[in-house]
Amino acid sequence: MPPISRGFRGRRQTEVDPSRLPPGQYATNDFPVLSAGPTPHTSLDEWSFTVGGAVGDAKSWTWEEFVAMPSEVVTRDIHCVTKWSKLDTTWTGVSVETLLDGLETSAEFVTAWCDGGYTTNLPLADVVDGKGWVAYEYAGEPLDPEHGGPARLLVPHLYFWKSAKWVRGINLAEQDEPGFWESYGYHNYGDPWKEQRYWSD
Amino acid sequence: MRVETPQAKTLVLDVPDWPGHLPGQHVDVRLTAEDGYQSERSYSIASAPGTADLELTVERIDDGEVSPWLTEEAQPGDQFELRGPVGGYFVWDATLEGPVLLVAGGSGLVPLMAILRHHENTGSSADLRLLLSARALEDVLYRSELERFRDVVHLTLTREQPPPEWNGWSRRIDADMLRDVGPGADQHPHVYVCGPTPFVEEAARLLVELGHLPAAVHTERFGPSGG
Repeated sequence: MPPISRGFRGRRQTEVDPSRLPPGQYATNDFPVLSAGPTPHTSLDEWSFTVGGAVGDAKSWTWEEFVAMPSEVVTRDIHCVTKWSKLDTTWTGVSVETLLDGLETSAEFVTAWCDGGYTTNLPLADVVDGKGWVAYEYAGEPLDPEHGGPARLLVPHLYFWKSAKWVRGINLAEQDEPGFWESYGYHNYGDPWKEQRYWSD
Repeated sequence: MRVETPQAKTLVLDVPDWPGHLPGQHVDVRLTAEDGYQSERSYSIASAPGTADLELTVERIDDGEVSPWLTEEAQPGDQFELRGPVGGYFVWDATLEGPVLLVAGGSGLVPLMAILRHHENTGSSADLRLLLSARALEDVLYRSELERFRDVVHLTLTREQPPPEWNGWSRRIDADMLRDVGPGADQHPHVYVCGPTPFVEEAARLLVELGHLPAAVHTERFGPSGG
């Protein structure tokens, strides 16, 4: 039994369905920002997105080509490892499945890489099949730079650091390689429902 | 417990089996109500490694859930759960070579204070400077302790003039101020910026404009829903 914090009652969120909050999370209406360094500002002229690594030929798109691809609008709950969750966030983007269309690969892992040097690693199975997107709109508006614009990865079923901001490409790999936060003490997989925050979880 | 400002207190904690920490790291605090309801938030560690007690400085967020209890309700002898230390990136190691620039907005000073204290305790010869932005003098954490570091601490207050004994300004942070504080980008300092999100966004943008490598600029942000 954890110790009782004498006199603590908390501000219980009665308006939020508790079954939508993973353990240790609270709901917020704000959209907090967490980044390890300065926000990069890449102009759309210089922006491209590349799928590379363990595939025959890398595929690459300019910004115009990217936003001309079939897109999806998805509404999902997101969960940050720093304890906040935001329910019913709406994003527009291209599914990773669409980006991988026609590629042959035996890879089982992906690493997303970003402007600013950030990386994060995920099993391939966690970004296909309706689980991962490269999103460029939030709530119908272009994605703000501080929230990852022009485009960020969106993998809402994992802690939100896996939804890499300022994403510029994904590399497919046979071997799993820890990304940025995964090398600094955060869990390699990051399932919020199992509260996989840190290495020791 | 020590009162730091009208909004902030330092909690001195006796943590059994504390494994030690690096300056800049934080902990997760979990409070449990009598009926089992729990709430968790993260707080930066203010104390330097190797000191007897673990110290957290907590600013009260009025509509927060955990900080009002920590700052208003908690009494000596009360218990809660603590997890950590957490975070391996926003840290300064005394064995790192090269100068250090700390840029703090408001209560973003807390993890940077751990770095400043560690720098002093280890007798580090690294050229270290701190730029602190606060609204008013009464909002400055650790004010009397900072007076000892006056030659490396620069203070800018956004709502009043700093007292004459301080290196200081009365305006928001800008490029000229960062240039005056130094060390310049040509000396490749390790830079640590901590504060509310708009402050960190602006400071980090200015630092990159001044030529600091983005990879040398470590940031930690306090969102509006902290607390």
